[in-house]
Amino acid sequence: MSSTVLFRRGRVIDPRNGVDGVRDVLVRDGKVVEVSEAPLPVPASAEVVDANGKWVVPGFIDLHVHLREPGEEGKETVLTGCRAAVAGGFTAVVAMPNTKVVNDNGMVTELVLSRARAANLCHVYPAGAITKGLKGEEMAEMGELVSAGCVAITDDGRPVMNAALMRRALQYSTQFGVPIMVHEEDLTLSAGGAMHEGATSTRLGLRGIPASAEVAMVARDLVLLEETGARLHLAHVSCEGSVRLIREAKRRGLRVTSEVTPHHLILDDRAVGDYDTHAKMAPPLRSDRDVQALREAIADGTVEAIATDHAPHGVLDKLVEFEKGINGIVGLETALGLTLELVHAGVLTATRAVELLTHGPAQAFSLPGGHLAPGAPADVTVVDPTEEWTVDAHRFYSRSRNTPFHGRKQKGRVVQTWVGGRKVFENGQVGPGKESR
Amino acid sequence: MRHLLGIEGWRRDELEALLDRAQAHLPGRPDATNILRGKVVANLFFEDSTRTRTSFHMAAKGLGASVMNWTQTGSSVSKGETLLDTARNIEATGPTVIVMRHRSSGAPHLVAKHVRCAIINAGDGTHEHPSQALLDAFTLRQRWGSLDGRTVLILGDIMHSRVARSNLLCLRALGARVVLCGPPTLMPPGLEAMGAEVTHSLDSALPQADAVMCLRLQLERMSENFLPSTREYSRLFGLNAAREERMKEGAVVMHPGPINRGVEIAPSVADGARSVILEQVSNGVAVRRAILEVCAS
Repeated sequence: MSSTVLFRRGRVIDPRNGVDGVRDVLVRDGKVVEVSEAPLPVPASAEVVDANGKWVVPGFIDLHVHLREPGEEGKETVLTGCRAAVAGGFTAVVAMPNTKVVNDNGMVTELVLSRARAANLCHVYPAGAITKGLKGEEMAEMGELVSAGCVAITDDGRPVMNAALMRRALQYSTQFGVPIMVHEEDLTLSAGGAMHEGATSTRLGLRGIPASAEVAMVARDLVLLEETGARLHLAHVSCEGSVRLIREAKRRGLRVTSEVTPHHLILDDRAVGDYDTHAKMAPPLRSDRDVQALREAIADGTVEAIATDHAPHGVLDKLVEFEKGINGIVGLETALGLTLELVHAGVLTATRAVELLTHGPAQAFSLPGGHLAPGAPADVTVVDPTEEWTVDAHRFYSRSRNTPFHGRKQKGRVVQTWVGGRKVFENGQVGPGKESR
Repeated sequence: MRHLLGIEGWRRDELEALLDRAQAHLPGRPDATNILRGKVVANLFFEDSTRTRTSFHMAAKGLGASVMNWTQTGSSVSKGETLLDTARNIEATGPTVIVMRHRSSGAPHLVAKHVRCAIINAGDGTHEHPSQALLDAFTLRQRWGSLDGRTVLILGDIMHSRVARSNLLCLRALGARVVLCGPPTLMPPGLEAMGAEVTHSLDSALPQADAVMCLRLQLERMSENFLPSTREYSRLFGLNAAREERMKEGAVVMHPGPINRGVEIAPSVADGARSVILEQVSNGVAVRRAILEVCAS
């Protein structure tokens, strides 16, 4: 069945192809056909999207999402996670392997992929574990994981503390060409810590996690990367020291990419307030100085991607003593608004913001999409950059509500999400079909 | 009704008023047995305590309240009940005030957001211990009249001490200069931002102090390598007889207890002429009466 869509007179921002201006975008059979400065004639039976005053951008790609299935379906499922994704303008997500059962073998990978096919909303790319059961002891079968469809290998949620094992994993990965994605945390330095170590942790009497817990591991892994010639992707980078090391490694030509979460760009450790567990995450919210360094790093290209680390948790996981609170917040449905805050604040240009959500992540993991040249997948997000709205966690499509941004005013919102030329989200409603919320 | 979650958030005049109230509750003062008559004070202790729990108990009884004592041992917490469920269940039995001790910093703040009765923090993790700070300030004020311009040296494991945090805030608010002294591994960052001066040299700080407040060295810290040994700690930071001699004339020695005799403080100093340790304990009841009065009314 042939389907044709014409996005008319939107501001097309396609950083990879150097486009930023009013264009028509013609899409047919799931692919981009033409991007034209001059108005295009409306083909017969085409659906026309009047994008006047809107941004027409490549669908967002999130390198770091927890879909919780299999094992913790009360927090999220592949289906509810995909709904949250498309509601947030994401057309592709990378699913972390720290599910219960762990995605450390091809059968779990296939399960996630089959759930994603059934959900039929956005692309889901599983990531497989580095070590069996995420235990940090034995390497998982990376070859099987990759052939089953994993696009990256990671023990996310945990570091690989054994340096020799990490070195082998990097070496071994080179035969498959996949990136090794790392959660950088020296557990001996972070042990017992509940938030960033600084004046706020001292005031609140909470054991701190020093920045060195992350930076020391970044340093170690960059050394191992240099020896092995692998591809390394640093998840949720949170501090100035890490940024400095990444910058230097890139200057020397190492194949390192990285991501920063919207919350680490917007909030600092003071957001913990009086023990708000919604501000508890790993890595912790850092100092204002770290936030400034991260902002510079996404603006100047040191960091390739904004990734949400979407981490759904139940109410009871957060309604406890701060030290007992589980780490993480949901992020898919707030990512664009928070990123646009940085645009409104002059930290990022619109083009750079879009690049961090599209081409940057696509390139880091060698994923399709992330741009709108003819032949590219017709994964398209339409944004109203002027709409003002207020984050309401109760209206999230995600099954979980754990966010510190409930009630935050935002300017700029996703109005439509298209995956493979098919409209999957429009004006607050996830499609297709008539599924009620 | 208001909570006492910490010294943070209280103004100087409010603290002074509270200490003035405590004055009226000293032994031999007019009878106050009717102030909380018919009311219930629930003591919720998730962590061991002798003197604080007893002190609040005596204070509540002295005001005519009924006291309910709850301890974690043998409670439903061991069956997996959450803190909030425990607190809500206690609340449902009808207390006016919950006095609460917990090993997690911020636990009373969480409870205060979800119950209607007043919460008094009787020590939360390594955060605050406001009633201790108030009784310490009361003891010093009793001796000096005013804390303005006085220097108080707080000595020992600052990092893990809720007494140190509350005292720093309280003493500063009341006009004193506060010097914190201990090994660098037990000094968290940002203490200066809370108004403290920080030193690692006891011998240089000691002669300036009008009061030295020793903290209990938590021996369990040894296994975490905060310190090489208690012996070395004692040599560098122990308040011994030789050091006592170099103290200012009239300067006092304090300790919130329990004491590791011979580690952070020599027995002769703890029991010596400068020591106000037992005054602290008896003042504690009067100060806690004042706290209950303010929070329950």
